[in-house]
Amino acid sequence: MGLTLAEKILSEALGRRVEAGDLIVVNVDLVMAHDGTAPLAIKSFREMGGERVKHPERVVFVIDHIAPSSSEDVSKLHKLMRDFASEQGIENFYDVGEGVCHQLLAERHVEPGMIVVGGDSHTCMHGALGAFATGVGSTEVAAVLKTGKIWFKVPETLKIQVEGSLPPMVTPKDVILHIIGEVKADGATYKAVEYGGETVRQMSVEGRLTLSNMAVEMGGKTGLIEPDEKTLEYLKSRGRGPGKPLKGDRDAEHAETLNFDVSRLEPQVAAPPTVDNVKPVSEVEGLEIDQVFLGSCTNARLEDRRLAASILKGRKIHPRVRMLVVPASRTVYLQALREGLVEVFLEAGCVLCNPGCGVCVGGHQGVPAPGEVVLSTSNRNFVGRMGCPEADIYLASPATAAVSALTGKITNPAGWKP
Amino acid sequence: MKVKGQAWKFGDDINTDIIISGKYKFKTLDMRELAKHAMEALDPKFSEKVKPGDILVAGKNFGCGSSREHAPRVLKELGIGVIIAKSFARIFYRNAVNVGLPVVESPEASARISEGDQVEVDLEKGLIRNLTKGETYSFKPIPPALMEILREGGLVEYLRKAGDYKL
Ligand code: SF4
Repeated sequence: MGLTLAEKILSEALGRRVEAGDLIVVNVDLVMAHDGTAPLAIKSFREMGGERVKHPERVVFVIDHIAPSSSEDVSKLHKLMRDFASEQGIENFYDVGEGVCHQLLAERHVEPGMIVVGGDSHTCMHGALGAFATGVGSTEVAAVLKTGKIWFKVPETLKIQVEGSLPPMVTPKDVILHIIGEVKADGATYKAVEYGGETVRQMSVEGRLTLSNMAVEMGGKTGLIEPDEKTLEYLKSRGRGPGKPLKGDRDAEHAETLNFDVSRLEPQVAAPPTVDNVKPVSEVEGLEIDQVFLGSCTNARLEDRRLAASILKGRKIHPRVRMLVVPASRTVYLQALREGLVEVFLEAGCVLCNPGCGVCVGGHQGVPAPGEVVLSTSNRNFVGRMGCPEADIYLASPATAAVSALTGKITNPAGWKP
Repeated sequence: MKVKGQAWKFGDDINTDIIISGKYKFKTLDMRELAKHAMEALDPKFSEKVKPGDILVAGKNFGCGSSREHAPRVLKELGIGVIIAKSFARIFYRNAVNVGLPVVESPEASARISEGDQVEVDLEKGLIRNLTKGETYSFKPIPPALMEILREGGLVEYLRKAGDYKL
């Protein structure tokens, strides 16, 4: 019997064949923590008797969740990270304004075949580059800092095959929302998700990152995609090598295979209070909105900016609506600036924030008022997610977000003429 | 390892934002302070009502959402002795074991136990006794490797003693 992509990567990393169900301890190639999880990891590291980080060159620290700091208490936690990094020789340190942790990892660090863990649930995003990448808690980050290793149960795989070419204004975000609506929030628990099929092959790497980013919203351990020429080109253009691009065997056994045809898919929306509460946008069309958020590790890349800007160009957003635009990284911000997208956003009436997580997680930026409705391109709409338990959060694509910002209500972008 | 206490019942898909809102986690590492806000979106008085040894009983996919380890930590801080659920979100399950908070999957117990029931859990034997209803439910025992981490009280103590994984 052949091996799945997940089994292949883990077998390759261990130097022996392992299969779903095996309990393994494996070396970690890359470990990430941010200001929401690193401080507790540092505390645990000390408590477990840690003195020197085993492989400082494999560690990435990012200050993105409350960046810049909003209070003295938060500043103390940031300082704790900086001090620890310089004490331990952690050079991959991204301070305030560099970007969202996952984007930075994708832009600069991850390679196919790597074992990547991060103190953040959306670390599963790097499966899009053919890495085995998953989120862990702070104490596990500490354990990796100390030992260089982690334990895993080799997961079974839920294979998701997507076929058909996407209709105009229907994006990878709509595809993944649709999939989550079918699979449900716990449909992939303990499993690796692997996306394949013609639609995924046609997608840019940026679009694939959006798919993999949301694997955890189905409970998935990682969101894998077989690396191909596009993956290698993405890496090459950012000065990186091909890593170990592996493929699953043809006769591999998957726990389940689900087939989706997206050739007639309508733009999708996840209504509060759960990500799997997904509907075609037409079912919630007309609902008045107060705030639009174009950002997060799901949808704040260049392609997302370009799409939103193409809709907003030469127009003004609705006077009742605030639209917050947050680029995923400094690199994305600079490129958007060079392409004139920043000007489009500012002229349309948007607010541009520095790269980071602030608005997404409701720590200190863009917190809605009770009773308000937010349309967001991020990945979670849980109660209280953006800092206010009485606000309603709807999730959608950058196209739906931009068109709705213009009309002031949730609007189907499909019929929209740019 | 045995745990005995009163059951507190919750529904399906209790996410980490409900267990402890993200707005608190960035502000302090003081778990006693954070624990005051545990479950407050569903029950503002929860942290005052629970007693050490009490047992949390929930439906499916408990702990879904973020990787914040603060979630199992605040529950442990309040003295919760074990969480019984129909199923757990993956990261929460790992985190709970890593902070030394036992987690047990039992669809039967999750359905049968009512709020306020006196419950006793034997982790090694894989048995749950509902003392109020006079019923017994069994569950697939926690794998021995993870049981070792739990017995030490979490990954911190485990690695402090062992220095490295002994799995
Ligand atoms: S952008 Fe949002 S979902 Fe992504 S890492 Fe930041 S807080 Fe988490």
